[in-house]
Amino acid sequence: MTKKFLVLLFILLPINANALIEVDITRGNLNPLPLAVSPLSIDEESRKGFEKILKKENIGSEISNIVENNLRTSGLFNPLDKKAFLQAPDIANLKPRFEDWNLIKAQALITGKVNYIDDKLRVEFRLWDVLAAKEMMALAFTTVPNNWRRVGHIISDKVYERLTGEKGYFDTRIIYVSEEGPKTQRIKKLAIMDQDGVNNKFLTLGNELVLTPRFNPASQMVTYLSYFKNMPRVYLLDIETGTQEVVGDFPGMTFAPRFSPDGKKIIMSFAKDGKSDIYTMDLENRIVEKITNHPSIDTSPSYSPDGKYITFNSDRSGYQQIYVMKNDGSDVKRISFGNGLYGTPVWSPRGDLIAFTKLHKGKFYIGVMRTDGSGERLLTENYYQEAPSWSPNGRVLIFYRETKTNSKGEGFSAKLWSIDLTGYNERQIKTPTDASDPSWSSLLSN
Amino acid sequence: MKLNKIFKNTLLVLAACLVLSACATKKEVATDIQGQMQGDVYTGTDTVEYLADGVPDRVFFATNESILTTASRETLRAQAAWLRKNPNINVVLEGHADERGTREYNLALGERRANAAKDYLMTYGISSDRITVLSYGKERPVDSGSNPLAWSKNRRSVTVKAN
Repeated sequence: MTKKFLVLLFILLPINANALIEVDITRGNLNPLPLAVSPLSIDEESRKGFEKILKKENIGSEISNIVENNLRTSGLFNPLDKKAFLQAPDIANLKPRFEDWNLIKAQALITGKVNYIDDKLRVEFRLWDVLAAKEMMALAFTTVPNNWRRVGHIISDKVYERLTGEKGYFDTRIIYVSEEGPKTQRIKKLAIMDQDGVNNKFLTLGNELVLTPRFNPASQMVTYLSYFKNMPRVYLLDIETGTQEVVGDFPGMTFAPRFSPDGKKIIMSFAKDGKSDIYTMDLENRIVEKITNHPSIDTSPSYSPDGKYITFNSDRSGYQQIYVMKNDGSDVKRISFGNGLYGTPVWSPRGDLIAFTKLHKGKFYIGVMRTDGSGERLLTENYYQEAPSWSPNGRVLIFYRETKTNSKGEGFSAKLWSIDLTGYNERQIKTPTDASDPSWSSLLSN
Repeated sequence: MKLNKIFKNTLLVLAACLVLSACATKKEVATDIQGQMQGDVYTGTDTVEYLADGVPDRVFFATNESILTTASRETLRAQAAWLRKNPNINVVLEGHADERGTREYNLALGERRANAAKDYLMTYGISSDRITVLSYGKERPVDSGSNPLAWSKNRRSVTVKAN
């Protein structure tokens, strides 16, 4: 997918970086920036060309809808109603009449143009600062027409980056477990979709139980747990080719897999004789290393982004708590000391925080703490929720939530949710079936 | 430490009861639990199947625990006697957890519970070659309820004939 996507990316005009609008994403944003996403203009010939191959009446509007939706769901931007726009898309893209956009209170404006050239999709777009009456950014892409949705995501990422100063997370995918059937006999399949819930695809048929898929941060590989032949084992799956293989040769259950940040190792638990320890396997030379050695349950390991440390949960103190150690297993330190049980620690891609699940007084929380355990902050409370996964820019967490059943045991559901690191902007992510165990990919393009 | 843990467990149960008492079905649940749970270990027979006459197929555990109760040890001794009488039968011990824990930890906990049962069968003369351990974590509850009684039925190790 990535290889097929040729992005010819060039800057049309120099960027003036001084004194323009900026969005602060470090605190809860209760006043999202009002901005106007003008539909990308398209000439009649190009419009017809795309209608024929993509079965979309106006691909310019479709792409701008993707941008609008992405920016809105980020919680940082408030895309204004198109009905209020005074200037036509093609003219706005040449030279916006800033007074008109100012009048509808837009602080930023996105304009652009779509062309059908040599069977390719060419998109250019511009970001304007309405108050300063200046262009902030101008970019153009050429790609195969089928990539039109990704163009929308890439534009969203560029706008997000220009306005917040941090990389976006829109040109990404989510791998998760699709769930169907009664709670006592759930059928589970691996599924993958774009970050905005579109292009959902099932990767397994549901013949065997599958759990906890995780993306390789460096490639399109996935590691997950499968009960193939009733033997719970960690598998490696190439989502481009569909080939899969079991990871390592362990005489028992392997589970809780995750990749190292460079994608070259898998770290996981191996359970034997009632104890679970953490192991790594090098994917190149297949060398297996034992990292922890303790009669307790050590599981849910996750590397720091520099690969030097590992966080995991263990019940060696009597109850499930979070620990940090060096990547060779030395220097183990407990970092969670609050009330309750702590599990599923995941190191932020920014390196400064660890996200976790907490169980306290019958409630489940998703929270974050610094890597030494200080500064614990609970973001959301519910009957049941767990397994946070970070957006690649470390600003959003995705997790799953299960509902309580009624007195007859009915009404069970499992859904994906996301929440900002600030604790704001909690949203359900729509999936065709019930869903759990989400894992967020890296940015597909950079 | 141990006492402290038991005390905490009792508190948890009490807390769960308090939560329940806020519900409309207070009385119904209270009588259900009475006679079917001891501490928070299931002692009823609703979900139990039999490997042979007088040989129950499963044992139950307290929250976050893998310790065998007196009743569990009795069940496992009956299973060991049955296995000695039927030397050609092999078994799978399927360990399970309730839904009130994280998925990965529960996989490990199910494995630990099934191993507790396996160890006990082995001390009663059953060869480890005849026993396979398989954890399902919280993936295969028998009771889909979201209440302490349902959870107690789901915290279990089930002995299943493998051949």
